[in-house]
This record gives sequence, structure tokens and C-alpha cells, in this order.
Amino acid sequence: MNWHSFFFLLFAAVSCGFAVMVVLSSNIVRMALYLIVSLGATAGLFFLAGADFVGAMQLMIYVGGTLVLLVFGVMLTAQGPFVSMKTSGGDWILAFLLSGSLLAFLVPAAFSVSDWRGRAAAAGGSVAAPAPRNTADRLGLGLLGVRVDKLEDRPNRLQAGMSGYLLPFEIVSVHLLVVLVGAAYLARTKRRAG
Amino acid sequence: MAEYLAKHLPDWWLFNRLPEGVLHALAYVVVALIHCILLIHVVAVGALVFIWLERKVAGRIQDRLGPTRVGGKFGWLQTLADGLKLITKEDLMPGAADEMLFKLAPYISFCASFAAYIALPFSDGWVAVDLNAGVFFILAVMGLEVFGVILAGYSSASKWSLFGGMREAAQVVSYEVPMGLCVVVPVLICGSMDLVQIGRMQQGWFTNWLIFHDPFTFITFWVYFTCALASVNRAPFDLAEAESELVAGFHTEYSGLRWSFFFMAEYGSMFAVSGLAAILFFGGWNGPVPITSILGMSNEAYPVWNYLANFLGMLNFVFKCCLWVTFMIWVRWTLPRLRIDQVMKTCLKYCTPIAAAMFAGAVAWTFVFPGGLPWQQSFGAKYITRDEAPSESPRAKEELSNEKTAHLPVDFTHGASNWRLAMGEGSE
Repeated sequence: MNWHSFFFLLFAAVSCGFAVMVVLSSNIVRMALYLIVSLGATAGLFFLAGADFVGAMQLMIYVGGTLVLLVFGVMLTAQGPFVSMKTSGGDWILAFLLSGSLLAFLVPAAFSVSDWRGRAAAAGGSVAAPAPRNTADRLGLGLLGVRVDKLEDRPNRLQAGMSGYLLPFEIVSVHLLVVLVGAAYLARTKRRAG
Repeated sequence: MAEYLAKHLPDWWLFNRLPEGVLHALAYVVVALIHCILLIHVVAVGALVFIWLERKVAGRIQDRLGPTRVGGKFGWLQTLADGLKLITKEDLMPGAADEMLFKLAPYISFCASFAAYIALPFSDGWVAVDLNAGVFFILAVMGLEVFGVILAGYSSASKWSLFGGMREAAQVVSYEVPMGLCVVVPVLICGSMDLVQIGRMQQGWFTNWLIFHDPFTFITFWVYFTCALASVNRAPFDLAEAESELVAGFHTEYSGLRWSFFFMAEYGSMFAVSGLAAILFFGGWNGPVPITSILGMSNEAYPVWNYLANFLGMLNFVFKCCLWVTFMIWVRWTLPRLRIDQVMKTCLKYCTPIAAAMFAGAVAWTFVFPGGLPWQQSFGAKYITRDEAPSESPRAKEELSNEKTAHLPVDFTHGASNWRLAMGEGSE
């Protein structure tokens, strides 16, 4: 049991615990708070894994996104001073079935990766701290089409056409832009003619 | 540091019976505590000084003296007296308030503001956690501060508070966009998101500071500063408080120590955004004249001198931060508050397009002058050109010359330490 495993367990417990509390709470703003704690703990897991960039991304996008969700949730749904949501029995069953099947799918998938199991077993059940890497640089190069995972064997790394996420990235971003323009068009105030 | 402590703790009689695991844990906790306590003091003492400064500057601007009595000259203990007064105040909470959120909100604000300091370097390598994506981390964490404000506004069960919180949310969410765009410009020029690295690249004379790198960075800084003012909720962007229309905005219902936590957070993030400005645009811990390196103090061979050079660097950095905080105070007491539509207009119609244009301009500038102007050092990572790249076979060489991305940044394969060394060489 080293510090790394300690913090891993701590963040994992916080993340899971608050995720459950999101479901069990009935107050929208408290839900958002629990969600933010849960997502923040996930960011902590990323930092722990040496993925600084992904961790900061998690904080910025998910936690910031929850903020917007909260604002809109309050602004659009608030009738009284404190909004609370009552979940009916049918919704509970449906949600339970859906999330349960997803969990049943994800847990075996995660455990089927032999690489992960092997390492944990070799380290005697505790997780070793990963060596710090230049994650941001690698991500950027990967986006531009450099096979970062192949940098070790130089002649093989130049496999043009096999790599690069720039085009998919651009397609997705243009897609998002279209969606944003559409949303702005739908949401703008319409003036009546005359 | 933690390893050093773990090794030498048993030298003291108190600790020599403890097992190794406990010692290790103890060393790590002690080292973490030292970092935290040092940083908390930056926030707390900073707030102490800046509140006094705010009163003095406001007084001078309004043609009066400000505090003059507490602590003898200049009223320099005024903030401490205020703090004592705040501690003795009754801790009030509205009857209809959401108790948990109401009590939690000030701490969330403060923690978010404090967490930014974890990745803020005070001198060359003097940083609690040297994150590879430090700039990004600070931006992400500072964005969380608004969450405390919104929770405070919502949980107070008061319409004034709710209005203030919602205004703050709208303002901060929109100003994150131009602020992010402004921050990207120095990152682009340096080729790194590591704040320590960005600071190191601006070593030397003040002409190496990124604000003097090209006309675009110069304008970018002012846009950044405007957005920073808005994101720390300072006048003329203090709509969340707006005491002339919303009583006191989001903290209407707060009193005593909880209320003061919001102010600690505000002054803490003022210092943090100023620090970010100092590192990204004003050379960080490097003075305008490289006195320490002229005297040969920043030589690694002399640890004491090097430490002293770093200490002077820290003083440099803190001075720059204080300068920008003072500038913020000056702006606050000079300009009138904007209306919410004017705030949004400033963001969407001015800051964002200007920042985007400056970004494009900076890209074009680095393309035309890859090494900066003749009197500037060359920024960015040291690039391995085709000829330098080790290639085993002629075929690989041919492939290399055909490859679009032949200009690869420094080899990653030798690990992080070499990468940093190579970056250091490239910047000199």
C-alpha cells in the first residue's frame, strides 16, 4: 500500500460515492454539486495516472459543463425557491435496468484486458506510480498524425495515412459548429411581422 | 524532498524506532503540508496586504487618506482589525436557506482559488506541482471558483443573491472563451503549456518577454487583462455584487467569517491571474535586466548563489503580481460599473474577435519570423531537422524527407529529463 494506491482508492471511492448520491438526491442543485465532486475526483484519477492534460480537460469541460447545466437547470425549471425532483417507480426500474446492463457490459470488458490485470498482480495488488510523460506534446503530435506510440522504432513510425486524428477532429468540430448555429437560430427572439 | 526527509528522519531520536513505511508516509505528509502552508500564506497574507492597499488606493483616488491609525503609520494593520471584527460577528443564515450548500459555498470558492496556486511557479522550478499542462490546469481550476458564487447565490433563498449568482455565471462562462484564446497565444509561441518552461524561455533582457515578442502579443495581453478582470469579478465587471442595485449580490446573506472567505478567494484569484499574466507575458521571475546571470549567480555549480538568484526571481515575480493587482485596484476605483448587456457586448463583440484576430496574427508572425526578431532569442522547442534526425537506413531517410511532419520536436524517447534539457538549450 503506497501513496499512489491510497489516493487511487480515495478518488475512486469519492467518485463512485458521489455518483450514487447524484442519483439518490432529489434537489437539482445538490445533484449538480455531487456530480461536480464526482467528476472532480475522476479528474484526480487522471492526474494520478500522469495524464495532466486529460485531467485538466476533465475539469474544464465536464465540471464547467455541469456549471452551465446547473444554471440552465435552475433557470428553466425553477418554479419555487428550491427545485426538487420526484422520481416515479417506473423511472427507477427503467434507469436501473439501463444502467445495470451498461455496468454488466463494462465491468467484464474492463477485466478482460489482460495487460491491466497482469500489472496489478505483479505489483502485489497495489498500483505503481506511472513515470511522468509529456502527455500534452504527445497528444498534440498524435492529433497531427505522428505515431507517438511508434516513436521508439523510428523507421516504422512514418506510416502515412494510417494515423492522425486531425480530419475526424475537424469534421466533429464543424459538426458542432453547425449544431451551435442551429441552436442559436432556434433560440433567438422572433420578431413578429408588422 | 520527501525522499530526503524519509532518509534523514531517523537521525532524530524521536523517529528512529518507527518502521520504514510509517516514516515514508510521515515524510510525504510533512512535505505536502509544507507546500500547502506556504501557499495558503501567499493567499492569506496577500489578501491582508491587498485589502489594505485597496483602501489606501481608493482613498487616494477619492482624494482622502484611507486608513491612517491602526498599527501606527499608514494604518497598515487595518485589515487585521477588520479580520478580528469579522470573527466576532454573528454567523447568520437565512431561515429558508439550503443549509449545507450555504455553508459549503465560501469554501468551494476559496478552494478553487487556492488550487490554482498549486501549479503556479514562483521562481525557476519553485512550484508545488510542476504540471506539464500547467496553464490549462490553472484556467480549469479558476473556472470552478464561480461555482461557489452560484451556490451561494442559489442557496441563500434571496432574490438579490440569486440574481447576483446568475449574472456571475453568465459572465464567467462567456469570458472563459476570449481568455482561453488569449492564453493560447503565448503557449503557441513557446510550444509548451508548462509554466516553468514558458518562464525559462523568457530569460535574458526584457526584450525577450513575450509581451514584446510581437505587436499581436502586446494587444493580446490587454485583452487577457480585461478578461481576467471579468473572470475574477472585479469592477467594472462586478455585476455579481453590484451594491447599487442588488444590495450585495451573491453575498447579501453572508456575514462574518464566511463572508470574508469570499474576499480571500477574490484577492487570491486576483493574485493568481496576475501571476499567470506575469509568467505568460512579462517574463515570470526574470527581471528586465538579467542581473543574476550577468553576475553568474544562476550557475548550477554554486547552490547557495543559485538559491539566492531564485529567491530574487521570486521577489521579481511577486513584485510583478503586486503591480498588476494594484492596476486592478486602480481600474476598480476609476471606471464605473458596466451594465449586463455591456458586459456581454464587451465579451462577444470586442474581446473574442480581437483575441481570435491576435491569435491568427501571432500564428502568421511565428511563421514569418520563426526565431523572433533579431534581438530576441528564438522561442519554441529546439527542432530536429531532417539532417539531425537519426535514421538507420537510406529508405528511412527518404521516407523522412517525404514526410510532412519531418520537423519533429525533440525526441521523446529519452524520457522527460532530456526533453527538458533540450528545451533549455533551445532557449539560450
